[in-house]
Amino acid sequence: MKLGITKRILAITSISIASVLLLAGCGNKSASDKKDKTTTVKIAWRYTGKNDSMERLYTDKWIADFEKKNPGIKVKLDPIKATEGDYFSKLDLAMKSSETTPDIVNEDSFILPSDAKAGYLEPLDSYLNDWDEWSNFTEALKSGGQGSDGKQYGIPGTTDSRGIWTNLAVIKKAGYSEDWAPKNWQDIIDAAVKIKKTQPDVIPFAASVSATNGGESVAMQTFEQLLYGTGESLYNEKTKKWNVDSKGIESSLEFIDTIMNKKKVGPSLSVAMSANFGSVIYQDKLPNNQAGLGMDGNWNTGNWVKGGAAPLDNVEKVLNFNLMPTQDGKKPGYVTMSGGWTWAMPKNSKNHKAAFKVLKAMNTKEMCLKRALYEGTLTVRNDVAKDSEYLKKPFIKTATTALQNAYFRPKSDLYPKVSIAIQQMVEAVATASKTPKEASAKYTTDVQGIVGKENTETQK
Amino acid sequence: MNSSETIGRIPNRSKKRNQIKRTFGLLAPGVLLLLVFFITPMVLTVIFSFTNLSLTGDAAANLKFVGFQNFVTMFKDPELANSIWKTIIFVVFSAVIGQCFFGFLIALLMRGKNKTFRRVVGLIIIAAWVTPEVVVSFCWVAFLSDGGTLNKILVSLLNIKPIAWLYSFPMISVVIANIWRGTAFSMMVFQTALDDIPAEIEEAAVIDGASRWQITTRITIPMVRGTIATNIMLVTLQTLGVFTLIYTMTGGGPGNATSTLPVFMYKQAFVSYQLGYGTAISLVLLVIGAVASLLYMKVLKVKV
Repeated sequence: MKLGITKRILAITSISIASVLLLAGCGNKSASDKKDKTTTVKIAWRYTGKNDSMERLYTDKWIADFEKKNPGIKVKLDPIKATEGDYFSKLDLAMKSSETTPDIVNEDSFILPSDAKAGYLEPLDSYLNDWDEWSNFTEALKSGGQGSDGKQYGIPGTTDSRGIWTNLAVIKKAGYSEDWAPKNWQDIIDAAVKIKKTQPDVIPFAASVSATNGGESVAMQTFEQLLYGTGESLYNEKTKKWNVDSKGIESSLEFIDTIMNKKKVGPSLSVAMSANFGSVIYQDKLPNNQAGLGMDGNWNTGNWVKGGAAPLDNVEKVLNFNLMPTQDGKKPGYVTMSGGWTWAMPKNSKNHKAAFKVLKAMNTKEMCLKRALYEGTLTVRNDVAKDSEYLKKPFIKTATTALQNAYFRPKSDLYPKVSIAIQQMVEAVATASKTPKEASAKYTTDVQGIVGKENTETQK
Repeated sequence: MNSSETIGRIPNRSKKRNQIKRTFGLLAPGVLLLLVFFITPMVLTVIFSFTNLSLTGDAAANLKFVGFQNFVTMFKDPELANSIWKTIIFVVFSAVIGQCFFGFLIALLMRGKNKTFRRVVGLIIIAAWVTPEVVVSFCWVAFLSDGGTLNKILVSLLNIKPIAWLYSFPMISVVIANIWRGTAFSMMVFQTALDDIPAEIEEAAVIDGASRWQITTRITIPMVRGTIATNIMLVTLQTLGVFTLIYTMTGGGPGNATSTLPVFMYKQAFVSYQLGYGTAISLVLLVIGAVASLLYMKVLKVKV
């Protein structure tokens, strides 16, 4: 009897200990990887759904070729399936531990300084010194991969410009000619109103406004495109102060309010707030004459090329890419925000050497050209920019012209947090839960909370 | 005599000692598990709520204690008041009123009905409860969407424009979805309680000439009063923490129309990258839960 109880105690204890050990052991997969000699290099980026251009780009023979040339290194594509808003948190969480971190990550240039400061990224300077191709990268764009300490943390992968996508059939039906080009914000509103009148089932004007799902695109493609067209900016690089409570902020919000609420020429809230907003507009509505105008980036071309998500023959006969005008058409007449994505190596990865080998192979002239063609983005390499195949890309001329008046996001590790405040401000106005004035006031308190009251000012 | 007493005591003492050992031995695994999976995270939460812990930026590398700063920011933030208010609405309407009321009503109506009927109806309702939360919310999003079943029916019957339910009536939508999902739990609790009421009591009331309404309000409900109170408390605590359903249906939006405390916490921690602030909010949620249970225990005399 006594023995029975002791046995039972032993059994229960050992079972519970075993289960604790089992649970603890769950995360310990990589131990087995070390035993065989091949190193697996995991590449992470944000997966954009079926026909993801990055997946197509690398599975199209590149991995096989690389692995043949580099025995001992295996490349594993490990895309993160998340909305644009969730991607960065997921990536940050993964990079925190050596058990979960990818070996190569796709970092948006806006969050790179912040992640570098968090200690997640490995400086690349010593690696880049030995890479003869590094000099072919456009000098001005290298800063997109630099941290606030001046070190190079990322290799630029793409750059971009933004404008007004225009469906030619829709704009024609609204009574304009096919070469319609807006000269100021009012032109855009007028055209949207005319589209609504002539084609009630068409979405006249679409812009990303959902803080939950749109993430950074709300801040950059929508709000900053407008704000920098008023002559103001988010951040004064000279005084190092953030712009709050200004006329420009309010008029940018008023534009959004006019589109979404006053004139009701935006998409319905169920489209605007959907997690699939981007693909609904640019893969479905706009190419099929169900949307007239869309404020977004040049990279959408990637949707319409052969093999893209919604391939179009002769895309330049269906759509046009217009420059984004300034508020009143004042000089220089048009404006764009420009950013881009970079490739970086997490500090916690144990395979830096192998990963850099993979990075080099990912960024050869051939692969950069291929990426620009697949993705519809602008290249970061001087030699690719001169390539005849690259210059034949649809809409490449406007997209490159736009870059002449390009602005970049503040190089501050606080920007990601300010961006969240912008997104909430835009969504509040778009959903009519706040007036532009109220939303701007909330933004002021939010930004003062993030950067400190002494680091804010009102521009103009 | 003396010696016989001491002789008798020694085995008694060692028996007791053995028993104590055994008790601790048996408790140890449970205590260990509680320590590892319950107490440690709780203590860590309290500690982190006083830091600037962040997902990115300088704060992610250099953790600093910031005193009560997170709490000061929180109580100054109008979003907190909004979230608490939204949480109360959500809990009161979907849990206390919705789930308890419908759960009781269904249990009451099913009483004494034919066994097969009870089984079929019960299964259908429980099906909603055992379905994973994400699937439930996906069903509701599909049902309420522009081209969803509800709009298809309304459009064909009333010939109106489709209504964007999740955007025009976000709170009502999540409340209804949560009632739909959670009613089964209350129903099951009430069914067992109602089945325990001796039939004679109600039979006696019928003989005395009491109406159906009188029997329900004067006899049935008072007899299951304890169960009702316990159930309200359980359901309240369950609903306070509901995140998946709301987040996947509306993302807390539009604007912050359905931003309950768990959603608010998630947004601060994982969208705004401020983990420390997020943990501070979770503490507030914990306090609200504790206060609510104490209140229930006092007012409704729930026995724990």
